Amino acid sequence: MNVEQAVQELMVDAEHPMDAILRMDRIPHIWCPGCGIGLAVTAFAAALNQAKIDLDKVSVVSGIGCSGRVAGYVKLDSFHTTHGRAIPFATGLKLANPKLKVVVFSGDGDLIAIGGNHFIHAARRNVDLVIICVNNFNYAMTGGQMGPTTPLEATCSTSPYGNFEHPFNLPFLAESSGAVYVARWTVMHIRRLTQSITEAMNKRGFSFIEAIAPCPTLYSRRNRLGLGLDMMKFYHDNSVIRHGANTSEVDIGYQEKIVCGKFVDREKPTFLDKMNEHLSRVLGDKYQPYGVNHERD
Amino acid sequence: MKADSKGVLTGAHYLDGDFAIAEGALAAGCRFFAGYPITPSTEVAERFSERIPRVGGMFIQMEDELGSIAAVIGASWAGAKAMTVTSGPGFSLMMENIGLAVMMEVPCVIANVQRGGPSTGLPTLPGQADMMQAKWGSHGDYEIIALSPNSPQECFDLTIEAFNLAERYRVPVFLMTDECVGHMTERVIIPESDEIELSERKSYQGPKDQYQPYKTNGGLVPPFVKAGEGYRFHTTGLTHDERGYPVINAECQETSVHRLLDKIRKNVDDIIQLKEEQIDGAEVVVISYGISHRVATKAISEARRKGIKVGSLRLVTVWPFPEQRIRRLAGEIKGFVVPEINYGQIVLEVERCTAGQAKTILVPHAGGTVHNPEDILKAIEECAK
Repeated sequence: MNVEQAVQELMVDAEHPMDAILRMDRIPHIWCPGCGIGLAVTAFAAALNQAKIDLDKVSVVSGIGCSGRVAGYVKLDSFHTTHGRAIPFATGLKLANPKLKVVVFSGDGDLIAIGGNHFIHAARRNVDLVIICVNNFNYAMTGGQMGPTTPLEATCSTSPYGNFEHPFNLPFLAESSGAVYVARWTVMHIRRLTQSITEAMNKRGFSFIEAIAPCPTLYSRRNRLGLGLDMMKFYHDNSVIRHGANTSEVDIGYQEKIVCGKFVDREKPTFLDKMNEHLSRVLGDKYQPYGVNHERD
Repeated sequence: MKADSKGVLTGAHYLDGDFAIAEGALAAGCRFFAGYPITPSTEVAERFSERIPRVGGMFIQMEDELGSIAAVIGASWAGAKAMTVTSGPGFSLMMENIGLAVMMEVPCVIANVQRGGPSTGLPTLPGQADMMQAKWGSHGDYEIIALSPNSPQECFDLTIEAFNLAERYRVPVFLMTDECVGHMTERVIIPESDEIELSERKSYQGPKDQYQPYKTNGGLVPPFVKAGEGYRFHTTGLTHDERGYPVINAECQETSVHRLLDKIRKNVDDIIQLKEEQIDGAEVVVISYGISHRVATKAISEARRKGIKVGSLRLVTVWPFPEQRIRRLAGEIKGFVVPEINYGQIVLEVERCTAGQAKTILVPHAGGTVHNPEDILKAIEECAK
């Protein structure tokens, strides 16, 4: 038996555990070699297998950008929407069918710059959404411009002399806006990231997971940080895990330590919990919960 | 206030246009509202916030108009009849996602209670200067449906019609009213709920594994499935094929855009509603819509009293524009008079269709109030010469 035959034999009927969750008819994907978004998707797929939820009830909503393409590759009800508006779109979807588990999968520029207002308000309302934010520190789809998470000093195509804008600290922003679950991992922490996504999928309320990911084509290349593998090695050597860390202290400096961990896991009534509780109390039996199409008067 | 089991407030009411829009939506089965306060449309949201918890619906005040329209589109994918309402500046903010609703083919209704612009303009005073924005405001090529009520009664009736059209054609539909009609209080008759004809989006019936979100089987409107039913479909604002997958090339663009246009263009007879009065034998026809029609009515009766053969054609449906009707009339009459509260928008369409066969006289108004009927009368007299 030659090698080719041996490979063929091994391939027969071999189904990858992720096949059920990915749109294999859309592979190959558009992401660059060494990009970290695929790892975030891997963690998400593994979490869906772990979380034991009905996949027919899971919807994925993405905005625009490299990470915005995630919706296109997952074999779930999936919505590739407009730049910055994944969260309000997901809010409408969730509120109009509260039985859905709605996941927003998008990038730092999409969720935090153009969509930043929606991010803080959905967190404030505690809309029951899982937000997975792939943070690669730049706008990669458009060629590597600086963004709201670009560390100080980092070079991007629109910060050619180095970035001098203060970046957002995403876990701090999420916690102070009201998120009930906040975690940060690099995509090298694949099992821990999977675990966090699993927890978030089973959590009620606004959950936020930041996944730090390499962008070798633009961010790392322009900053001479090497390829994807070099970035993974950097994460390995420079990440520190501090569960429950004070989120005000987890800023990310240029090529400095990355504090990872589960920072927040708290209970708070969701938007729908509050709405139902409040309106039942105030309106009594005149209140008709959503979906009940009769007026009692 | 006592609604029937379907949330319909059957009976005779004294309502303003904004409230009538909310009642029309509820009667149409709308159970999802997302909006952001903006004068002079806010009363629609207020009415919804009061009524909707009593009829099993969902109301959310979003953080801005970008979020409002995005939430409406999301809700529609969950199967809800959904709407938002706004005025000038908010309408501008909604434009990008209106394109998304067109591209994803999402039924929804957007009411614009027009005020004077540009920019913040005249928040509490009327305008009709967003008519071209309704047609062209989002980038790219598309066709749109826009209705223009001239009374609170029509705010009720046409909101139902807007939902019916949105459901039939899987498109966003605009209700283009204005501050005068929105804040005008008149008698509104709300019929029994079983007398209200409702259209529902056509849902897919075939085997699950063969479902393709944009497969039309030779028709123009693809059947719909909502999220959460196990179809595991994909949809995108990118140019896409029948599977809903992005295809970035000229061929797919041609197929997609062509069908989006044809969906409206080939159904103009089903969509367009016109109200014609005293057109037979007329030498002059006044083309108007919304509040301007009511002002024009006064000028028309005055002109007829003076012996001028003048009729009225009211655009209940403004978009798609009734090209054929205007073209035919242009060959039969001396000319058109077009009063509108802007400096010439719908008149451009009239001129295009007239193609020089008849005079076309615009009676412009920058907004802030309605026309003086005498200005319209003068234009009618000029046109009749």
